[in-house]
Amino acid sequence: MAAVSAVVRKDLRLEARAFESVPAMLMFSVTTFVLFHFGLDRGALAGDLAAGVLWVTLLLAAVLGMNRLFATEHEQGGFDGFLLAPVDRTALFVAKATVLFAFLVAAELIAVPAFALLLLEPGAGQALPELVAVLALADAGIAVVGTLVGALGVQTRARELMIPLLALPLLIPVIIGAAEATAPLFAAAGAEPLPGRWLAVLALYDAVFALLAYAVFDFLLED
Amino acid sequence: MAAATADSPDAVALEGVGRAYGERVALRDVTFTLPAGATVAVFGANGAGKTTLLRILAMLLRPHAGVARVLGAALPREAWKARGQVGLLGHEPLLYRDLTARENLRYHARLHRVAPRRGDDLLERVGLAARADDPVRTLSRGMAQRAAICRTVLHDPSLLLLDEPLANLDPGGAAAVAPLIGRGSGHARVLISHDVEQGLAEADWVLGLRAGRQALWAPGDQVSAADVRGLYA
Repeated sequence: MAAVSAVVRKDLRLEARAFESVPAMLMFSVTTFVLFHFGLDRGALAGDLAAGVLWVTLLLAAVLGMNRLFATEHEQGGFDGFLLAPVDRTALFVAKATVLFAFLVAAELIAVPAFALLLLEPGAGQALPELVAVLALADAGIAVVGTLVGALGVQTRARELMIPLLALPLLIPVIIGAAEATAPLFAAAGAEPLPGRWLAVLALYDAVFALLAYAVFDFLLED
Repeated sequence: MAAATADSPDAVALEGVGRAYGERVALRDVTFTLPAGATVAVFGANGAGKTTLLRILAMLLRPHAGVARVLGAALPREAWKARGQVGLLGHEPLLYRDLTARENLRYHARLHRVAPRRGDDLLERVGLAARADDPVRTLSRGMAQRAAICRTVLHDPSLLLLDEPLANLDPGGAAAVAPLIGRGSGHARVLISHDVEQGLAEADWVLGLRAGRQALWAPGDQVSAADVRGLYA
């Protein structure tokens, strides 16, 4: 736990100083919502369409965070520094997934209200508590897969291309589950109950990929 | 300090160690034993395999051939036993440029479970106390090298792996770091140097590499500067 905490604190400090990930994710999300606002030319979105716009945008914004997640380690010797220490290598996975999760939450704190303001009917915020549950489960899945793919992709020359190419197909189940779970919350006739089945799908996805990532992450750090 | 004792295992024991990068063989059939607390100076032209050797000993690269033991731990199977007892000072300082020297050392102290105060003490010893709270990217190369030396010895390692440790240091800086990484530090050392006279002065043993092969292994007092220069011919 000490190693996880050390890496998380270090990464949050670096982000607070360099502003490389969260502002990029946030600007991308808000700009995309503005583009949808004008591009779709509708008063407001509802149901499947609103859920799809929200989740595709958040997922693409997350890719920006994945691209930067291991960049400092790769460019400034952080991998070597970590590997020289007498700590479990999976601590790096847990720490980086936690950091990516935190970055996603930080960006969504502004991006989701901006989405509601630009693309939803007034009053759609009533479904916020249910939406938070979906966001938490989907963000966990994105963080786990993003960390795994980020560690793999950072070793390649075409990092900015490889990471989305690897991550987006793997995250299709997340976008299906999150959009299906969110659509009833944005129903035109008012928020409907949260579909528990899709929350369970998201939770299962998170658990399976967390175990998978835990098992293979060590090998990604091998020379 | 990690002092050598009669019961200490050899710091390094290599037998026929080799390593390749794809088709290119970077290191081939390297065999030597370095007793605890002793220093080996490694000489060789660029591309001779010095850095590859250092990274194998640091457990950052797996040997592809032969048997390698570091501090008694067989690599790579028992690397976990020796990890944390090795200090690596390579070409890169392994410091985050946007963090201060003090923050970098506190980060590494947490990873190595060392008291944070140890980093502050080391910064003072190398004359960096006044710049300890400046981001590393604002430090001169010599200052960054001093901070990197603090990182290297932060956890009081038994084996130091040093690649041109005095690079970029002025005479005052070199004198300040000598008690930490010099001969009197008590650590076993694998020292890569292109300064032949200085390397020989520090060495109990000399290892010469040529095109990845072991071209020389002899006690330091039996090797002349001319012998070493022959490795670069």
